[in-house]
Amino acid sequence: MSTYHFLVALAVLLFAIGLLGVMVRRNLLVVVMSLEIMVNAVVLSFVAAAAHTQTLHGAAMSFFIYVAVTCEIALAMALLVLLVRRRGSLDLAVEQELKG
Amino acid sequence: MTTTSLLTLLPLLPLFGFLINGLLGARLPRGVVGAVACGLPALAFVVTLLLFAQLTAGGAPLEAPLFTWAATTGFQLDAAFHFDAVTAVMCLVITGIGTLIHVYSIGYMADDEGYARYFAYLNLFLFFMLVLVLGSNLVVMFVGWEGVGLASYLLIGFWFKDAAKTAAGLKAFVVNRVGDTGFLLAAFLIQFHAGTLDFAAVNAFFTATPPSAATMTLIGVLLLIGACGKSAQIPLHVWLPDAMAGPTPVSALIHAATMVTAGVYLLARLNGLFLAAPDAMTIVAWLGGLTALVGAIMGVTQFNLKKVLAYSTMSQIGLMVMACGLGAFSVGMFHLYTHAFFKACLFLGAGAVLHALGGEEDMRRMGGLARRLPFTFGVFGLATLALCGLPPFAGFFSKDEILWMAWSAAGGSPWLWAVGSAASFLTAFYMFRAIFMTFFGSSRVSAEAAHHIHEPPLSMSAVLAVLAFGSVVAGFIGLPQFWREAFGVSAPFYDFLAPVLGHAAPREGVSHSAEWLLMLVAVGLALAGIGLAWLRYGRGAPVLAAEAEPPPGLLQPKGAQGDWFDAFYDGVLVRFVGWLSGSVLARGVEPALSAGSLSGPAAGARVLAAWFGRLQTGNLQAYVIYALLGLVLVLGWGVAHV
Repeated sequence: MSTYHFLVALAVLLFAIGLLGVMVRRNLLVVVMSLEIMVNAVVLSFVAAAAHTQTLHGAAMSFFIYVAVTCEIALAMALLVLLVRRRGSLDLAVEQELKG
Repeated sequence: MTTTSLLTLLPLLPLFGFLINGLLGARLPRGVVGAVACGLPALAFVVTLLLFAQLTAGGAPLEAPLFTWAATTGFQLDAAFHFDAVTAVMCLVITGIGTLIHVYSIGYMADDEGYARYFAYLNLFLFFMLVLVLGSNLVVMFVGWEGVGLASYLLIGFWFKDAAKTAAGLKAFVVNRVGDTGFLLAAFLIQFHAGTLDFAAVNAFFTATPPSAATMTLIGVLLLIGACGKSAQIPLHVWLPDAMAGPTPVSALIHAATMVTAGVYLLARLNGLFLAAPDAMTIVAWLGGLTALVGAIMGVTQFNLKKVLAYSTMSQIGLMVMACGLGAFSVGMFHLYTHAFFKACLFLGAGAVLHALGGEEDMRRMGGLARRLPFTFGVFGLATLALCGLPPFAGFFSKDEILWMAWSAAGGSPWLWAVGSAASFLTAFYMFRAIFMTFFGSSRVSAEAAHHIHEPPLSMSAVLAVLAFGSVVAGFIGLPQFWREAFGVSAPFYDFLAPVLGHAAPREGVSHSAEWLLMLVAVGLALAGIGLAWLRYGRGAPVLAAEAEPPPGLLQPKGAQGDWFDAFYDGVLVRFVGWLSGSVLARGVEPALSAGSLSGPAAGARVLAAWFGRLQTGNLQAYVIYALLGLVLVLGWGVAHV
């Protein structure tokens, strides 16, 4: 198994772990952390592809993604703080305001 | 300027007038409005004269292609104008008489608040009428055909604050739709069989290779229905008497001289098609004769001066249609042309009487006006003599030729001649009845109206004089054949039209001496009608006391004056449609239909929404799972298909 295949498999694994975390964990903070794992899995796959093809495209993409994700995290944290202040809990299941 | 661009310009001139007066008229001074409204039709008349001169100098018929309207495989429709002898006659009448009536309107409508609107509509009418006669195929003609219907509707209901007048306009429009349906169906059949709608090609096709006799009759009858609607022939004539609700110059222009003759023009334009449909021709001839007779009978019963003239118009157009049905299209066109002069003159003369009496239309409140309005009486009298067909006035030559055709043409018969002659006799009777009631005897004018009786202003009287002059001399360009032989002269009118319309084929074994005799009989019948009218209405006090009380207004109750057609339509057709829509459709069909088509799907949507609503648990993580499922499905489909 080459390095490339190993890295892709690792990315898939990380993505699955993140997704599982988003799906099953009820702590909002942990859900956001799981989302981060998923994004990092994607970035890893970009970098792996860039190394494999010996081009800079994938590496350049990873920088853009990091900038975007940093902004997203800043926003997510602000929203999280507001949400916790309002509901007094980090539990996702406390109040289901999105019920149709 | 080339003749083609002149031809294109011709109908556009009145359209410019419509746009100027329609858009800016309210802000322009009346003098400008009148000058624009009369100037542009006058210019159109000059253009027509130029084109006419071209044609009489031996020029070929003119064509002005405008643009390709529609084109698909095997079908091409061009918007194009065509100017030949028949069109020339129509255009001269439309722009010539039309200009005169515009000038007359300046005086007649001087005090009306809708002055600019009136002239805008009148110019719009001229535009559509010119499109109707210039169109080189049935579709372009239909544009004009519908357009003049619109202008007619707008002008009948011109005084729209009076509900009865708007109703009269609506009636004209609705009845015309029935005729238009016939026109359209005929056009579809023609396209289906001939593969073209161009008049020249259609005539050539049906002359050379007519389909089965039944098809030809069907097309002919459908075209006749179209002509009946526009030209107020039985059974679609009911709108014409009510159309008198419009201003009198409108009645003169649209409902006497031009628009109502469009049906005759349609028959003449498609003469090649009709000649290949002998059964349809017989129906056309007899329907025309019947209309001539029934119109004349109804004219006798009327007390409203304008309605007498309306029924007279219907009757005279019946004679034109009869001539077309006998194959004598050029004779029908000739009567159309002479009729335009004397009937416009009669309507405008009646308008002068109405103007003098402050809008009074009931002849029982007239009388003795010859002394007060000698000029009006003079022109009205001359036009009446022309209408009655007395020599040497214009109507004599055209009407006598139609009656002769009814006797002698291949499709004619003594019976048809008798019908036409009876109509002529009645025409003389009701016209002189109107004259005696209006201008002779003692005055029955109300005191209030009596003190402001006045002769019309110059703009009106000058037009009346021109039209009266036309009523006297217009017939000399189309002398009957045996006069031509007797005096060794030619008939420029018939010679001019012959290349397009040809001549009617005479029956075998009809002698020329009969023609003299029939002419004497016709003149004798007209004189008898006049004499009878004098006995009943002219001698001493007319027998008015014995007749009914004056009806309340222009639009008296239906049936009161013997128009059984209106009573029939109201009692049977309108009531049936009312019952059908009120009782059957509204109560039975509509609830079921709306339950099936609207309430049903709405209930179904509500049930579905309740189901899908359950997916919205409010659990964020459930939504993530849905997204994952969606992703898997999309990827799965992608792997399978891409």
